[in-house]
Amino acid sequence: MTSAVSFQKVSRHFGTVRAVDAVDLDIVPGEFFAMLGPSGSGKTTCLRLIAGFEQPTAGSISIFGERAEGVPPYRRNVNTVFQDYALFPHLNILDNVAYGLMVKGVGKAERHKAAEDALALVRLPGYGERRPGQLSGGQRQRVALARALVNQPKVLLLDEPLGALDLKLRENMQEELKSLQKALGITFIFVTHDQGEALSMADRVAVFNDGKIMQVGTPQDIYERPATRFVADFVGSSNVLPPDFVQRYSGQRRWGSLRPEAIRVGKATRGDGVSARLVSANYLGATTRLALDADGLRLHAVVPAGTKLPEEGEALVLTFNRDQLHLMDEPA
Amino acid sequence: MSTAANQYRAAPAILPAASGIRGVLSDAFWRKPKLLLFLMLLPPVLWLGVVYIGSLFALLLQSFFSIDEYSGLIKREFTLKTYGDLLQAANLDIILRTVTMAAAVTLASIVVAFPIAYYAARYARGRWKALFYLAVMLPLWSSYLVKVYAWKLILAKEGILTWLFSKLNLLWLLDGWLSLPIVGGNSLSVSFTGTFIVFVYVWLPFMILPMQAALERVPGNLIEASSDLGASPRQTFWNVLLPLALPGIVAGSIFTFSLTLGDYIIPQIIGTSRLFIGQAVYSQQGTAGNIPLAAAFAVVPIVIMGLYLWMAKRMGAFDAL
Repeated sequence: MTSAVSFQKVSRHFGTVRAVDAVDLDIVPGEFFAMLGPSGSGKTTCLRLIAGFEQPTAGSISIFGERAEGVPPYRRNVNTVFQDYALFPHLNILDNVAYGLMVKGVGKAERHKAAEDALALVRLPGYGERRPGQLSGGQRQRVALARALVNQPKVLLLDEPLGALDLKLRENMQEELKSLQKALGITFIFVTHDQGEALSMADRVAVFNDGKIMQVGTPQDIYERPATRFVADFVGSSNVLPPDFVQRYSGQRRWGSLRPEAIRVGKATRGDGVSARLVSANYLGATTRLALDADGLRLHAVVPAGTKLPEEGEALVLTFNRDQLHLMDEPA
Repeated sequence: MSTAANQYRAAPAILPAASGIRGVLSDAFWRKPKLLLFLMLLPPVLWLGVVYIGSLFALLLQSFFSIDEYSGLIKREFTLKTYGDLLQAANLDIILRTVTMAAAVTLASIVVAFPIAYYAARYARGRWKALFYLAVMLPLWSSYLVKVYAWKLILAKEGILTWLFSKLNLLWLLDGWLSLPIVGGNSLSVSFTGTFIVFVYVWLPFMILPMQAALERVPGNLIEASSDLGASPRQTFWNVLLPLALPGIVAGSIFTFSLTLGDYIIPQIIGTSRLFIGQAVYSQQGTAGNIPLAAAFAVVPIVIMGLYLWMAKRMGAFDAL
C-alpha cells in the first residue's frame, strides 16, 4: 500500500543547523499521526516540508506515491491548520472558508454552500457574516479547520492546533478533532509539544529530538516501552534508571524506565525495597506527585488523591513489580 | 540571615513620594493619565485648530468673495460668481490637466514603489533594511530646487538622456515618443513626459514608505495560508497582499496625488507653458491680484481629495486597519 506521506532520508539544513536530519518516515493513509517533540526538535520543519513551505536539502518526499520535491504548496492537495490560525482579516468567515474553492474557480453560490456545510461541520453554522476579529480563539480555530477541510485535502496538517486554547476548550477540541478525523477518514498529521495531547489523540506518534526521530509507535508503545532515555523522560515523565540500578533488579546492565504510577511508597519500617526520602510533594488534584531522593537518584512517584502523604524528609521504602521495569534499547 | 536580606526587610512597604514639584506631578499624572494627554495635545491642537484649519477656513471664505473688474478691489459680499469664473473652459482645462497628471503620477508611483516596498518589508533585514531607508530618504536631504534643475539638465535636448539614447541607437524611439501629441514636445524637458518623470521621481519616497509600513504589517503566514489553500502567487497578490496593503497604498497615493495637485514649481521649470492648478493659484494671487479666484482654485484639490478618500473608503481600503 502506498503511504500517505513518505520521507526517505529527508534532511533540511539551515546553514549549519540540522533542523531535520536524515529522517525516514511512513504515514499510513487515514491515520491520525502525531509529531511530538520539544521546541526546535524539527517536528514543525517536517510539517512545513509536507506542506511545501520548505524544500528538503537532501532526500525525497512523496505524498500518496507522488514525488513532492520542487512542487509549490499551491499544487499540493494538502492543507494546513496554522498555529495562530492565519485567517484573512479582510474577509468575512464565509469568504475565509470559501477561499480555497474561490481560487480554484468554483462559482460563488456553490462555494458558499460548501463553506456553510464546512462551518456546520465544525459546529459554527451561521457565523459566515462575521469577521475573524469578532470570534474567540476557539471559534477561530474551528474556522481554520473548516477552511482547510472544505478543500477535501488528501492530508490535513495541524501545527500545534490547540496550543493557544485554554484547558477546557483544548480537551473538547481534542475529542472533536478525533471524531472528525474518524468520520472523514482523512490522514491527519499534527505537531505538538504536549505529550498528553499526542498520546490521547494519535493512532501513532513519532517522537522528535534534535532533528531526528527517536521512536515511532502507538501511544502504548511510546509510553510503556520507550526506546531511549529521551523518550522515557519526555513522554510521561518516566523515571530513567541508570544501568547500575537496573542491574540490581533485572540482572541486565541496561538503561531502564519506570513510570511514576508504578512506584509504591511505604514507611521505612516495612520490608525491603529502595530506601528513599521525600523531597517535596506537588498536589495535582486527582493525584499527588512526590519527588523522592533514593541515595542521590531523583525519582518521581504518583499517588492517588486521598492517600495519607508522608512528611517532607521522611525516610521511605519504594517498591515496584519487576515486570513494570522496562529495559530500553539504548546501550549502557 | 544575611545583611543584604536585612536591608530589604528594613525598607518600608510604600516608598515616599519624590521630593518637590516633580514628585507631585508624576504622581498626579499617574493617577490621571488623561491630564497628561490633554497637556501634551493642547499645543498641537491649538496650532492645528487656529493657525492651520483657521487659515484654511479664511481661504475658503475668500473664494466666496469676488473681484470688482474695474477697480480690481475685492468685494466682501457672499457670491458664487468666482466659482462661475472657475468653470470657464480655460480654467477647466487647467483642472483636468492637473488631475490627469496627478492620477498618472500616482499610478506610476504605485507600480514603481511596490517591488521596492515589498522587498524592504519581506526580505531586507539588518543592514540591508538600514540601507533601504537611507536610499529612499537620501534624495529628500538635498534641495528640491536643485533636484528639479538637475532633472532639467538630464532631460534637455543636449542632456545625458538624449546622449544615452543615441549611444544605444534608440534615438528613433525617443523622437517617436516626442512627436506624439500632448505627451511630446521639442525635448523631454519641455514636454509633459518630462514633468511626469520628475513628479514621479520627487514624490516616490512618499509612496514607498507608507506602502512598506503596510506590507510589513501583513503577517507572513497569511501569504503561506493563501498558497496552502491553492492560490498561485498571482492570486495571492490580488486576493491577499494587495487588499491588506491597500491602506498603505491609499496613504501613499494621498501624498503623491495631493502634492502633484498643489505643486507649481516643477511644471514651471520642466514642461510646457500650459498651466497647472498650482501655477494658476500663484499667478492669480500674484500678478493678477485675484485672490478670490486663487482661493477657488485652491479649493479644487481639497474637494478632489475629499472625493478620493470617500471613494477609497467605500471600496473598503480601510477595512483592514
